[in-house]
Amino acid sequence: MDIHEYQAKEILSNFGVTIPRGGIVYSPETAENKAREIGGSKWVVKAQIHSGARGKAGGIIICNSPLEVAQATDKLLGKKLVTNQTGPEGKIVNRIYIEEATDIEKELYLGLVFDRSSESIMVVASTEGGMSVEEIAKDKPESIIRSKIEVAVGIQNFQARELAFGLGIEPELIRRASETIIGCAKAFSELDATMVEVNPLVISKQKQILALDCKMSFDNNAMFRRDKVSELRDKTQEDEKEVYASDRGLNYVSLDGNIGNIINGAGLAMASMDMIKLAGGEPANFLDVGGGATPEKIVKAFRLITMDKKVKVILVNIFAGINRCDWVAEGIVQALEKIEIKVPLVIRLAGTNVEKGNKILQDSKLNYIEANTLEDAANKAVAALK
Amino acid sequence: MAVIIQKDTKILIQGFTGKMGTFHAEEMISYGSNVVGGVTPGKGGQKHLNRPVFNTVKDAVRETGATASILFVPPAFAADSAMEAADAGIKTCVAIVDGIPSHDMIRIKRYMRRYSRKEKMTLVGPNCAGIISPGKSMLGIMPGHIYKEGRVGIISRSGTLGYEAAQQLKNLNIGISTSVGIGGDPINGSSFRDIIEKFETDDETDAVLMIGEIGGPQEVAAGEFAKENMKKPIIGYIAGLTAPKGRVMGHAGAIVSAYGESAVEKVELLKECGVTISKNPSVMGETVKKVLNSK
Repeated sequence: MDIHEYQAKEILSNFGVTIPRGGIVYSPETAENKAREIGGSKWVVKAQIHSGARGKAGGIIICNSPLEVAQATDKLLGKKLVTNQTGPEGKIVNRIYIEEATDIEKELYLGLVFDRSSESIMVVASTEGGMSVEEIAKDKPESIIRSKIEVAVGIQNFQARELAFGLGIEPELIRRASETIIGCAKAFSELDATMVEVNPLVISKQKQILALDCKMSFDNNAMFRRDKVSELRDKTQEDEKEVYASDRGLNYVSLDGNIGNIINGAGLAMASMDMIKLAGGEPANFLDVGGGATPEKIVKAFRLITMDKKVKVILVNIFAGINRCDWVAEGIVQALEKIEIKVPLVIRLAGTNVEKGNKILQDSKLNYIEANTLEDAANKAVAALK
Repeated sequence: MAVIIQKDTKILIQGFTGKMGTFHAEEMISYGSNVVGGVTPGKGGQKHLNRPVFNTVKDAVRETGATASILFVPPAFAADSAMEAADAGIKTCVAIVDGIPSHDMIRIKRYMRRYSRKEKMTLVGPNCAGIISPGKSMLGIMPGHIYKEGRVGIISRSGTLGYEAAQQLKNLNIGISTSVGIGGDPINGSSFRDIIEKFETDDETDAVLMIGEIGGPQEVAAGEFAKENMKKPIIGYIAGLTAPKGRVMGHAGAIVSAYGESAVEKVELLKECGVTISKNPSVMGETVKKVLNSK
């Protein structure tokens, strides 16, 4: 789960990280007052969407008066911002963060992620702040310093100090820099985060260490014990169909092709999509209805796929393990009594009682194309496009 | 000797009296697995499926001599149950449950470092189908009948894709020594490398089929280990050719976030390690057959 910049800043500031003064607004009318309240003579108006690279997309505007702040807010609110991370459809701006402008002396990078090789939390820092971590890794790999956190004891002072000195921070600021790094590490561990990124972390001309932009992501599997964090979810930033799916216990990812998929199991779903591609087609989605593929899930899956207007063929591929193909077939027949399908439908069943399952489908009034293997299913789905 | 579990391995069900635990315990018993009892805190002393229920794993191990367990407890309590099993002297624990927080998985693995290599429990999963040694024992939730007895080892992150492979092999009259589902989470109890190492020393296994997917460094780490240390041939398939970068594809661990984690990159790196690649998921069985015939 991702959250907005301003939410991440609030969280990190509770863990001792200094952030510029700022406030959130939802309308241009309140923006002008908010700017006065924050004070100073220069402000940054920042569109809050779940994406980085907002500056290049016009989502960050520097203003010199409260009136300009109101105008910039008006310009951004309700707009769809397209960045290199949002996809062509962009993301809607519903919230604006107004912040006092910072006099930047130096920009640094600070990030924390799970390192799957060492199965620990890795702190990554670089003197090349402002660029994405991928760009840093490509262009300035020598600037990257890392430190592994032993989760049993948490980050130690010496680790934070080593990182701070490694970033070339002047001695009188080392303590504040260490506290910042430790704060981020604590937030990561204590809130079941999967990613914390402060980019840039800046040293201001007034010798403050400030988190200028922040991103945090959290482990969906841990949200049962993170009430406060899960309240920060903003569904307007997610794909509508993906929200529909996740609310119904389906694993769904929207893609660009036109062959809709209903499959049980994440691995089998990815494999089926691969077969579609090899057969010359493009999948419209990834959809895993779960290993069990219960009739209820199949109904929900058909509803979801039929919401997607770009779908021209539907491919159902179920490997019945513990459940049986005859149950799955009955589930499909029942589902299609309730939902009308206007595009060709290819069904491949495999596993337990496959003959019985296929018999049920054949005897039903269902208009469909039967397939036997993964390859057969993909070929028939692609052929049905024509 | 099969790897990990044997015909007579004594098995406990953790979360025995729940709906999931009951259903799969029955399936395992009817397959022939030696289920000796189960654990549900607070229900000790009762009988369930004609077998004793215990309050703690320690009690159960003391009374039954069990050495393996399978977890059917909700994700919030799974870490606790896995650590309880490790501390009670269980040697093999399979965690079926999907949804354990990553921070908890790291905690379990750190906790298990307190045991010496000899004493240490093998944890398989979470978010996996479990282990089956066809004709001997099933410590998992797979459909046992699609697994033919034989001499090929399977390791798979995905459950259903592992079934697909077992079925393809069966259709070609090729049997399986042991199939291990290691699970789709970013951090799991046993890695591909951990399991191929066991297969290398198993006198009942001739070749290993490794079914991976996008995300994480595990498949390549196993390939590199195999290049240096394995004599038995490895056949590999990586799912997720069409998966977009940065998106979680169902499995929490199936996300491309760094170089070497996409399907194309993994395939290239595995080829360099001498792994025979199944070019698509519908020829996993045929690829294994070709490799066996060329031996």
